[in-house]
Amino acid sequence: MDTLAILLPIAFALAMISVFMGLCSYSVLAERKVSSWIQGRVGPNRTRLPLIGHIPILGNLLTGLGIFQPAADGLKFLFKEEITPGHVNKFYYYLAPIVALAPALTTMVVLPFGRYVDPNGVVQPLVLANIEIGMLFILGISSLGVYGIVLAGWSSNSKYPFLGAIRSSAQMISYELAMGLAILPVFMWSAAPGSEHGMSLFGVIEAQETVWLALWQPLSALIFLVAVFAETNRLPFDMAESETDLVGGFHTEYGCFKFGLFFVAEYAHVIMGSALFVCLFLGGWNFLPGLANPWGDGLFGTVLSVVWFMSKVFFMIFFFIWVRWTLPRFRYDQVMSLGWKILLPLAIANLVFNTLLIALIDTINA
Amino acid sequence: MAKTKVLERKPLTFAEKTFIPQILGGLKTTAKTLFQKNITLQYPEERPAIPDNYRGVPTLVKDPNGREKCVSCQLCEFVCPPKAIRIQPGEIDAEADPDRAHVEKAPKEFDINMLRCIYCGLCQEVCPEEAIFLQDIFTLSGYSREELVNNKQKLYELGGTLPDQHYKWDKKKSAEAKGNAH
Repeated sequence: MDTLAILLPIAFALAMISVFMGLCSYSVLAERKVSSWIQGRVGPNRTRLPLIGHIPILGNLLTGLGIFQPAADGLKFLFKEEITPGHVNKFYYYLAPIVALAPALTTMVVLPFGRYVDPNGVVQPLVLANIEIGMLFILGISSLGVYGIVLAGWSSNSKYPFLGAIRSSAQMISYELAMGLAILPVFMWSAAPGSEHGMSLFGVIEAQETVWLALWQPLSALIFLVAVFAETNRLPFDMAESETDLVGGFHTEYGCFKFGLFFVAEYAHVIMGSALFVCLFLGGWNFLPGLANPWGDGLFGTVLSVVWFMSKVFFMIFFFIWVRWTLPRFRYDQVMSLGWKILLPLAIANLVFNTLLIALIDTINA
Repeated sequence: MAKTKVLERKPLTFAEKTFIPQILGGLKTTAKTLFQKNITLQYPEERPAIPDNYRGVPTLVKDPNGREKCVSCQLCEFVCPPKAIRIQPGEIDAEADPDRAHVEKAPKEFDINMLRCIYCGLCQEVCPEEAIFLQDIFTLSGYSREELVNNKQKLYELGGTLPDQHYKWDKKKSAEAKGNAH
C-alpha cells in the first residue's frame, strides 16, 4: 500500500509530463500548419514514418496533415551539431535553457484538467497536486521563466540576445502586475470568505458552474488575456525574439537541442496560458454557461469532462496562433506604455470597482 | 496653379483607441484566409503552367526525320552576348548519311555554358536553320561547374524533335531528281 502511494503519483506525473510534451510538439506543428493555412500555403506535409505512413489512405492523410513532422523536428534538434560559441559564459549558457523549461513544466502540477466523482459522491479534480494556493503557485513559478531568458541573453555575451533579454524582462515584470491584479476580482467572486477552496483553480472552476467568468468579468478576462500574451512572449508582444530587429532575440546564439528546449518552453507557456485562461474565465470543464454539466458520475463522465476541457484549451491555443498571424508586433515603448499606462490602471480600477460592488452587496444582504 | 490639398485626419473614436474593433476585424480577415484555397504549388510534383513563348534553357532540335538541323554556321556563337556558346564545326559522317555528307555540315561539339547564358534568346532569333530553341525548362542545378555546361548530346536530349513540316533536305532531293537542283 505504501509503495503504491509513492509509485502512483510518480506514474501520474510521468504520464502528465509525456502528454504535456506531446502537446508541446504538436502545438509547434499546429503553429506551422495554421500559419500556412492563413497564408494560403500548405505547411509541412512530407514527413512520413515507415510503417504507419504507408497504410493506403490513412498514411497519406496523416502525412498530408504533417502528423509525423514533430518527430522529424525533434530528431533534427537532437542530431544537429552542438555549437557553443567561444565568447559565451559556458555555465550560464548551458543553464539558461534548463531554467527556461523547468518552470514552464512545473506549473502544470497544480493544473486541474478534469473532474471525477469519488465514492462518497463528492466531485474531485483530476490534478497532480490540488493545493489551496494553486494560482499563487502558478504566478510565482511562471515568472521564474524570465530568468531563463535573462540568463540566455546575458551569458550569450552578444548584443542582440542582450537587447532581447532586457526587453523581455522589462515586459514580463510590467505585465505580471496587471495580470495579478486582473485575477484578484476573479478570486474575490469565486472564493468568498470561508470557502474551502482558497486560491485553488479547482475552486474557481467549481464556482463557474452556472456562469463563466469571462461573461461576468469581461474586463478581467481581457486584461488577463493581454497579459498572458505578453507573459508567453507571443506576438504581438514577442519583444524577446523580435526576429526582424534582433535576429532571434535571446536565443540568437543558441542552436540544436538547447534552442529546442527554449522552443518547447515557449509552447509549454502557451499551453499553460491557454489552460489557465480556460480555468479562470472559460469555465474549465463546465459545459456551457447556464446549462448543467451533462457529464455522468462514472469513468465515462470523467473522460468527457477531460475532453471538453482539452477542446477549450485547444481552441485557446488556436486563438494564440490566430492572433500571432493577425497582428503586427508592437514597438517596445508601445508595449511598455500599454502595460503601465493602460492595463495597470484599468486592472486597479477593476479591482476597486469589484471590491466596492462586493461590499455593497454584503451591506445590503446584512 | 494647382492647389495643395490638405487632408484632415479624423480623430480616433474611443472604440478605435482601444484597438479592439480593429483587432477583431483583423482576426476576421485571417479567419477568412484560413479557409481559402492554397495558392502555392506542391513544386516537384506540380509544375506551374509555362507560357508558350517562355524563354527557358536553350536546346538543339532535330527534324522529324531525326536529322540534326544545326549546320554549325556559328551565327549563334557570334551573336551570343555573354559568349556562352562554343561550337566546333565538323563534317557529317559519310557512312551514316551518305546523301548529306560533304553537302552540309554539322557541329562536332556544341557547348552552351549555362553559367554564362542570360536567356536572351538571340541565338534562337539568329539561327537560319531554326535549330536552336529556348524551351520551357527553367530549373538547372548541378554539383560542379562542368555539370552545368550542356554538351551536344545533352542539348539534343533536352531539345527533342521539332515537329515542323519543312523537310528542307527532302525538298532539295526531289528538286534535284526533277533536274532543278538550284
